[in-house]
Amino acid sequence: MQKSLHLDPNKCTGCLQCEMACAWENHRSFTTAKSRIKVFAFHHEGRFVPYTCTQCDEAWCVLACPVDAIRLDPATGAKIVLEPTCVGCKVCTIACPFGTINYVASTGKVQKCDLCGDHGPACEKACPTGAITYVDADWTGLGKMRQWAGKTDTNPATV
Amino acid sequence: MAWTKNVLRVNLAAGTCMQEPLNMDWARDYLGQRGLGTKYFLAEVDPKVDPFAPENKLIFVTGPLTGTMAATGGRYSVVTKGPLTGAIACSNSGGYFGAELKFAGWDMVIFEGTAPKPVYLLITDGKAELVDAAHLWGKTVWETEETIKKQHQDPQIRVASIGHAGEIGVLYAGIVNDLHRAAGRSGVGAVMGSKNLKAVAVRGTRTDAYQIANPDAFFTAVDAGKKALAANGVTGQGLPTYGTQVLMNVINELGALPTRNHRDVQFESAQAISGEAMHEKRPTDGKANLVTNGACFGCTIACGRISRMDPGHFTIKDKPQYQGASGGLEYEAAWALGAANGVSDLEALTYANFLCNEHGFDPISFGATVGAAMELYDLGILTKEEVGFELPFGSTEAVVKLAELTATGEGFGKVIGLGSKRLCAKYGRPELSMTVKGQEFPAYDGRGLQGMGLAYATSNRGACHLRGYMVSPEVLGIPIKMEPQATEGKPAMLKAFQDLTAVVDSSGLCLFTTFAWGLSDIQPQIQGACEGDWSEDRLLLVGERIWNLEREFNLAAGLTAKDDNLPPRLMKEPAKTGPQKGAVSKLDVMLPEYYQLRGWTPEGVPTAETRTRLGV
Repeated sequence: MQKSLHLDPNKCTGCLQCEMACAWENHRSFTTAKSRIKVFAFHHEGRFVPYTCTQCDEAWCVLACPVDAIRLDPATGAKIVLEPTCVGCKVCTIACPFGTINYVASTGKVQKCDLCGDHGPACEKACPTGAITYVDADWTGLGKMRQWAGKTDTNPATV
Repeated sequence: MAWTKNVLRVNLAAGTCMQEPLNMDWARDYLGQRGLGTKYFLAEVDPKVDPFAPENKLIFVTGPLTGTMAATGGRYSVVTKGPLTGAIACSNSGGYFGAELKFAGWDMVIFEGTAPKPVYLLITDGKAELVDAAHLWGKTVWETEETIKKQHQDPQIRVASIGHAGEIGVLYAGIVNDLHRAAGRSGVGAVMGSKNLKAVAVRGTRTDAYQIANPDAFFTAVDAGKKALAANGVTGQGLPTYGTQVLMNVINELGALPTRNHRDVQFESAQAISGEAMHEKRPTDGKANLVTNGACFGCTIACGRISRMDPGHFTIKDKPQYQGASGGLEYEAAWALGAANGVSDLEALTYANFLCNEHGFDPISFGATVGAAMELYDLGILTKEEVGFELPFGSTEAVVKLAELTATGEGFGKVIGLGSKRLCAKYGRPELSMTVKGQEFPAYDGRGLQGMGLAYATSNRGACHLRGYMVSPEVLGIPIKMEPQATEGKPAMLKAFQDLTAVVDSSGLCLFTTFAWGLSDIQPQIQGACEGDWSEDRLLLVGERIWNLEREFNLAAGLTAKDDNLPPRLMKEPAKTGPQKGAVSKLDVMLPEYYQLRGWTPEGVPTAETRTRLGV
């Protein structure tokens, strides 16, 4: 069974533990500028929104790459950047409709979320509020369905 | 090493930015942030300096756990000589600014001199430059942040700035970062303004600026710490749900909520301005004041309040800039703007709090000063003619109007901007000022909670709840329950709290973790991040050393044991109502024992033996 990152802005407090965990996983540093997941503050709405790659099935970054440096990890479904192959042309950063693959000047390569391979996403483990979960990729809507199901009134006395 | 080992020295007069190595001997003795900043400050500044003179310095300083995954590891402090108190000033803030400074590769920024014209400091990793701020001078904190980000086409820049209050020298002006997190107390923003320094803007992208000494040990300790915060009733439930406002009804019911300039110890409308009230739907628009809770950098508690006002409220009806969500009321602000003045309009208090954030001034000192002015008005000493409008206790309009006037320095706002001590002295009634060392009390009555009274009297930065939070034992039973009116054991408990607090304030962590964490939870996190020996004994010695160093500064600045006092009202006028009815402060019983436990003479001076033991 494949899994997906599931992001719930309603639970996010903007603490950036996820960004630090990502930066640590990939750069052995807490510098959030290097994170592949970003939390956006919509200050005047009072909303914090974590955002990262959704691992498109037909991934435009993969299709756009001229040197085949982005490959599918069949175990997780993640599209992963092969650093030795990447030439840093940045075409993928233009192709991605969501902005979730980005150039890293210090390495001359691009980086994107790779779901951290077989040990599971570090951001999910670091999130203190459950705003980031790692769930069955086929059932990312389950929580919402459950919520609506709970609103269904089946008590005959009140129908 | 969790320190970057880099200090940025900015000479505002000469316009130079120089890098120098951190004094690691001092880091080993004072850890970071509050302790290390104070050590540098004492080494470089004459304690007798005029706070607004170019010779005063202003230090922004992080701790070794700032910018790490340790829960709440995002704090920074601002150290200077405070204009409100003439004592050491050290104000601590969260938000995202402190961590960004570390990511850019700096433990500390020391500002010296005065810029010939308004400037801001722009730090981009290893590069630092002073930039002309003519276009920012006069702008609010909110406008300044937005303008700097736009100007440099980089929304990821973090900004700490002063508003108009800091520019014009409101004596309790603060420094505000990330729109509504503040190094709020003692007037550190006024010192920044006196230096013509509008803002510090930072972007940090380095991955090699500092290292964690022992990652395995660090993460083990950090994960355990996070679990403890989540499991604790205060940090896991109370604070995320109600923020610090969880205290409003509790402290009121206990009879320790100073009301109307400490005339009363209970506020009849406390419920209306409480954390619970912020959750209730308004009759006007059906929405609650509170939108959500928000966290500072790395914080797994998330006590911050994000509020949205009723857009139809009289204060903001025609002002769209206040109709979106922004930083809402914390307990101290709700108390100072509300109970201290007898005002119970939650929306109006939220607006006044927005103004404090937007223009950069401390809601505690501001609200408490208005309370003193209302008492002077009530006694007929202040008149409508002098103020420009009526100023009775309970007047929502007056609080709002004075917040607006204080922000801009217009009319009677100019006098309110001087703080309670100078206001009451100006009108010949100094005893009505509810201050210690010139700084206004926060939201706990020193008669109702005897330990807090002692904490206020002995706090090195003037009246303050964050130097030794005796509310923990006296109200919450942390780490043990102590009766509010008892004096026995209070001096020893306070000393322990003060020393532990100095450690927390020097580490990069938030003091609020200590509702759930003791030193045994904090020590392994510091030990995991920092090389060398950071045993509990050593850390407590560091804390005690910091406390004594601050004391030495104050003594050298001219303060004496006479300044370790409380206003006559708390010593002589008994609490009128509630469970503490009849109580006055028993400071005189506790203070001699406190001095003794500190290893100080009866005159409050560290003995030669204490100085030698601590190496101060």
